[in-house]
Amino acid sequence: MQDFNYHAPTSMNEALDALRGAEGGKVIAGGQSLLPIMKLNLAMPSDLVSLAGVPGLADITDNGDSVEVGAMCTHAQVAGSDVVRGRIPALAHMADGIGDAQVRNAGTIGGSVAHNDPGADYPAACVALGATIVTDRREISSDDYFQGMFLTALEDDEVITAVRFPVPARAAYAKFANPASKYAVAGVMVADGPAGVRVAVTGASGDGVFRVAEMEAALGESFSADAVAGIAVSTDDMLSDTAAGPEYRAHLVTVMAKRAVEACA
Amino acid sequence: MSANGTGIGASVKRKEDQRFLTGRGRYTDDINLHRQLYGYILRSPVAHANIGGIDTSAAMAAPGVHAVYTGKDMEGVGGIPTGWLIHSKDGSPMVEPPHPALALGKVRYVGDCVAIIVADSMEQAKAAANLVDVDYQELPAVATIEAAEADGASQVFDEAPGNVCYDWEVGDKAATDAAFENADHVVSIDVVNQRIIPNAIEPRAAIANFDPGTDEYTLYTTSQNPHLVRLLLGAFVLGLPEHKLRIVAPDVGGGFGSKIPHYAEEAILTWTAGQLGRPVKWTCERLDAFKSDTHGRDHLSTASMALDADGTFLGLRVSTKANLGAYLSTFAPCVPTYLYGILFAGPYTTPAVYCEVKSFFTNTVPVDALRGAGRPEATYLLERLVDKAARELGMDRVEIRRQNFIREFPYQTPVALQYDQGDYDATLDLALGAADWDGFEARRAEAAARGKCRGIGISTFIEACGIAPSAVVGSLGARAGLYESGSVRVHPTGSVSVFTGTHSHGQGHETTFAQIVSDMLGVDFDLVDVVHGDSARIPFGMGTYGSRSLAVGGTAIYLAVEKVIEKGKKIAAHLLEASVEDIEFENGSFTVAGTDRSKSIGEVALTAYVPHNYPAGLEPGLEETAFYDPLNFTFPAGTHIVEVEVDPETGEVDLVAVTGSDDVGRIINPMIVAGQLHGGLAHGIGQALLEECVYQEDGQLETGSYMNYTMPRAADLPSFSINHNTTLCTHNPLGAKGVGEVGSIGVPPAVINAVIDALRPLGVDDMTMPATSQRVWQAIQDANG
Repeated sequence: MQDFNYHAPTSMNEALDALRGAEGGKVIAGGQSLLPIMKLNLAMPSDLVSLAGVPGLADITDNGDSVEVGAMCTHAQVAGSDVVRGRIPALAHMADGIGDAQVRNAGTIGGSVAHNDPGADYPAACVALGATIVTDRREISSDDYFQGMFLTALEDDEVITAVRFPVPARAAYAKFANPASKYAVAGVMVADGPAGVRVAVTGASGDGVFRVAEMEAALGESFSADAVAGIAVSTDDMLSDTAAGPEYRAHLVTVMAKRAVEACA
Repeated sequence: MSANGTGIGASVKRKEDQRFLTGRGRYTDDINLHRQLYGYILRSPVAHANIGGIDTSAAMAAPGVHAVYTGKDMEGVGGIPTGWLIHSKDGSPMVEPPHPALALGKVRYVGDCVAIIVADSMEQAKAAANLVDVDYQELPAVATIEAAEADGASQVFDEAPGNVCYDWEVGDKAATDAAFENADHVVSIDVVNQRIIPNAIEPRAAIANFDPGTDEYTLYTTSQNPHLVRLLLGAFVLGLPEHKLRIVAPDVGGGFGSKIPHYAEEAILTWTAGQLGRPVKWTCERLDAFKSDTHGRDHLSTASMALDADGTFLGLRVSTKANLGAYLSTFAPCVPTYLYGILFAGPYTTPAVYCEVKSFFTNTVPVDALRGAGRPEATYLLERLVDKAARELGMDRVEIRRQNFIREFPYQTPVALQYDQGDYDATLDLALGAADWDGFEARRAEAAARGKCRGIGISTFIEACGIAPSAVVGSLGARAGLYESGSVRVHPTGSVSVFTGTHSHGQGHETTFAQIVSDMLGVDFDLVDVVHGDSARIPFGMGTYGSRSLAVGGTAIYLAVEKVIEKGKKIAAHLLEASVEDIEFENGSFTVAGTDRSKSIGEVALTAYVPHNYPAGLEPGLEETAFYDPLNFTFPAGTHIVEVEVDPETGEVDLVAVTGSDDVGRIINPMIVAGQLHGGLAHGIGQALLEECVYQEDGQLETGSYMNYTMPRAADLPSFSINHNTTLCTHNPLGAKGVGEVGSIGVPPAVINAVIDALRPLGVDDMTMPATSQRVWQAIQDANG
C-alpha cells in the first residue's frame, strides 16, 4: 500500500475542500472495497477523506412514501433497522445477505453504491426499487446513476449523502452467492412499486446491474413465478469465472428471479 | 493408569487456550529482535522463464534499503533438499534436480523466489522490490499433468525427459493380472483428486539472526518440525553444524502439512542474516501464501477391480499420475508412493493389489503433504470404486463392504503393510445405527416432496499413521529416521517439565501430554508443563505430521516416565529401608508392598535434588529421556456416512448429516479428539464440495485468493455425529493410533458417494470433486442431454 494523506473532516464542506485540494483524493466510508484494492496497489490515492466524522450521514428516515438511508449507514444498520424492516423488508433482507458479519458491520450503502462493483447487491435494489441517489449537490435517478462495471454518474469530487427508496407494494431479493467471496453470482431484486414492476439483476453481467424487460412485461401481465420461469437472459453478456460460466449464470438469473417473485407473495 | 478429573480419558480444557483466546500467543511474527531488518521476497510473476539478467541498482538506491540479493549471490550455497529418494520400476533413482533457494538462471513457477530485498521496514523493502528489474525471457509452461506429459511438452528440467520424476510401482503385478483373468466382473473408474491449497490461518513467517559473539545462528520459523529444518538447513544448505544453528518454532497457527517442508525462504533469511550481521524478518502475505505454501493432492487415476460372481474382491489395479510441482519439496516424493500405494488394501481382503504411480514436474507450486497426504487420495479412489462395483453388480453398498472386510489380525496386506488390530464390523455397525441408515428411504421421499434430491453415502477405510518405523521407511527411501524423543524433568519441588520432539500447532499436545504424565506420576495436572518447538531445549525430534504425535511422541514420553518411576523406586527404597523389588508405585506414592509405609513423588524428587540421605552410587536428579522408534505403523479405521440434499434447480449441495464412527485407539482427551475429528471432517468436506486450485494454461494461479478459492466455513457444515469404537494398538504401550487426519481421509468419498446417490434418479452416475453447484448442475444437464 502506498502512503497517503488522511483527512478526518467534521463537515461536508471540509470534506469537499479536502477532496478538491488533493491530487488524487478518494472518499473512504467503510473501506470494505477501497482498502483491499489499495493493499494490492490497484488504487493509489494521494489522499483519503473519511466521512466518519461528518454529521447526519447515518440516519434512516421514514418519509411516508419513501425511506431515506444515509450514505454512512452500515449494511448491518440497514438490515437491523425497524424502519427498513417495516417499510421495505426486501431491502433489509438484501443488506443482511451482504458479505459476512465483518463486512456488514463496516461496509456502507454509500460506499457500495459509489464503488458499483458488478457483484455488489445494492445496485439491484436501487434500480428495482427506483431509488434516488442523493449527493452533496444533486439528486440522481438510479436509472442514470449506474453506468457499467465500476462506473457511475458521480463527479470526481461528488459525495453521496443518502439513498432514497420509494416504498414498493411488494418486493423481494434472491441471491445466489459466490461460495468463496459471497458476492452475487446472480442477485435479482423484483419490485412492484411506484415505478411499476421492475426486475434488476446484479452479479451476472459484465456491464453491471441490468433490468430484464421481458420479465418485467410478463410480471406486469401476471405477477407469478411461472411468468418468469421460462424467460432466459442472453448468455452473451454474462460474466464467467470459476464459480459460474455464462450458461450457468444465465440459468441462475431465471431461477433467482422466480424465487424473488415467490418471496414477494 | 488411573482415570481422574485430569487423567487419561478426561476431557480437560486445553492449557494452551488461555493464551490463544486472550491474544497472548507468541507466534513468529510477534517476535522482534534488536536492530532487526525486514526482508521482502520478490517472486516470479511468470510460470517459466529464463532470467536474462537482474538489475538491482535502482532498488539498492531506494530509501531504507540495505541489501538486495539474487540467486547469483547465493550461488555457492546448497540447494533445498528433499527428504525421500524413490526408485522407479527399473531400479533407477528418481530425477532429483537442484532447487536453488533463490532462482538461478530460470524461474519455474509463479511464486518462485527471485530476490530478497532487505530494508529498515517491510514497506520500504516492498516498495524497492518494484524497482528490481528482472529480464524474464518467457518459456512455454506446463501447469497440469496432461500438459506435462504431452508430446513436445515444455521441459521443466532438462534432466527430466517428459517431465517425469519417477515411474514407481508396488504390489505383485503378475498375481494381480491373474486375478483379473479369473474374474467374473471387472469394474473400472477414472478419478481426479484435485489440487488443494492448505491455507493455515497463520501465514508462514521467519526471523533469522546471527550472533558473531558465539558464531550461532537462530531461526524462528513457522514449522511443524524444527529439528528437521535444522537438519536440512544446517547439513544440506548452509553447511552449519547443529550446535551453531538453533531453530525455534514458537506458537504456530496451523500447518496441515504445509509447514513440514524446509522452505527456501528459511535458507534465504538465515543466509542473509549472516551476510548482514543483523536479524532479518519476513512475514508472508496471504496472496503470496497461496502461491508459495506447498499445495496438496493433484492426482489423475484410473483403477479397476476384479470381483467374483458374489462380489468378493479378487484384485485391484491402480494407475496414477501425480503432479509434484516445480521442485521436490521435503516429503513430496513419498506422498504419492509410500503414503498412497500401500493403502490400497483398505479394510478389505483383496488378495492381489498392484499400483503404479508416475510423477511429473510442472510449472506450479511444489506439492507436499496435506492432512492425510496420500491416504486421502487412496481412500477416495478405493471407496468410489467399491461403490461403483456395488452399483454395477446390483449389490447393497454396505453388504459388499462387509463381505470383504478383514477380520483376522494381524493381517498382512499384499501391499507391504501389516495391520495389527481392528474391528471394522463394529465401527460399521455403530455408524449405520448412529446415521439411521435403514430409515434413509423415508428421508429421501420426504425431501423429494420438497423438490430436493436426497442421497446417502458411505466410506469404510483404514489409515496408516504413527509415522514411522525408521528401518522400514529407511528401506523405502526416507533419508531420516522417524522415531521421537521425550524427556521428563521432575523438579525438586515436584513440578514437571516435559520436553517433546513433536510440535503442537493446534493439536493440543500441551494438554494431552500433560494428562499422560500427570496421570502416570500422580502429579497435579497444573504442575506439568510441556515444552516443544525449540532445538535448544528439546533433545531431538522429528516433529508432527502423519498423526504421529501421540503414538510415537506420546510413547517416548511414556517410556521416559517409566524410567523416572524406576529411578524413584530406588530412592524410595533407600528412604523406606526396603528392597527396590518391594516398592510399588501408584497415585504418586512409592509404597512398600503390603504396608502403609510410603513416600510421595514430591518427597522422592526433593531427595533426588537434595541427596543428603541417598542410595550409594545413584546419580542425583530426577530427569529421564527416552527415544522411541515405533515397531509398526498404526491403523486407525472407521466408517463415515454422509447425507446430502441437492437442489436440482441450482445444483447446490446441502450437507445435512455427517456421521463418523472411528477407531482411533486409546483416547487421552475426548474433547481434543472430537476437535481433531471436526477439523479433519471440515477439511475433507472442503475438498469434496468447495476447494479447487485452478491453474491457467500459462501457469498463472487462477484461484489465488479468497475471492475465488472457497474454504469451508462453519455455516457450510452440519453438527457432526462423532462415535467411537476403540480397539487398542498392540505395539505401543498407550494403545494409541492417531486422529488428526481421520476426517480428511475418510469423509471425501462418503460425500461424493452421497451426491451420486442423490443424483442417480436424475441419471447421473459420476461426479468430480469438488461437487460445486455448477458442476452438479452441469451433470444434471448432461444427463438430461
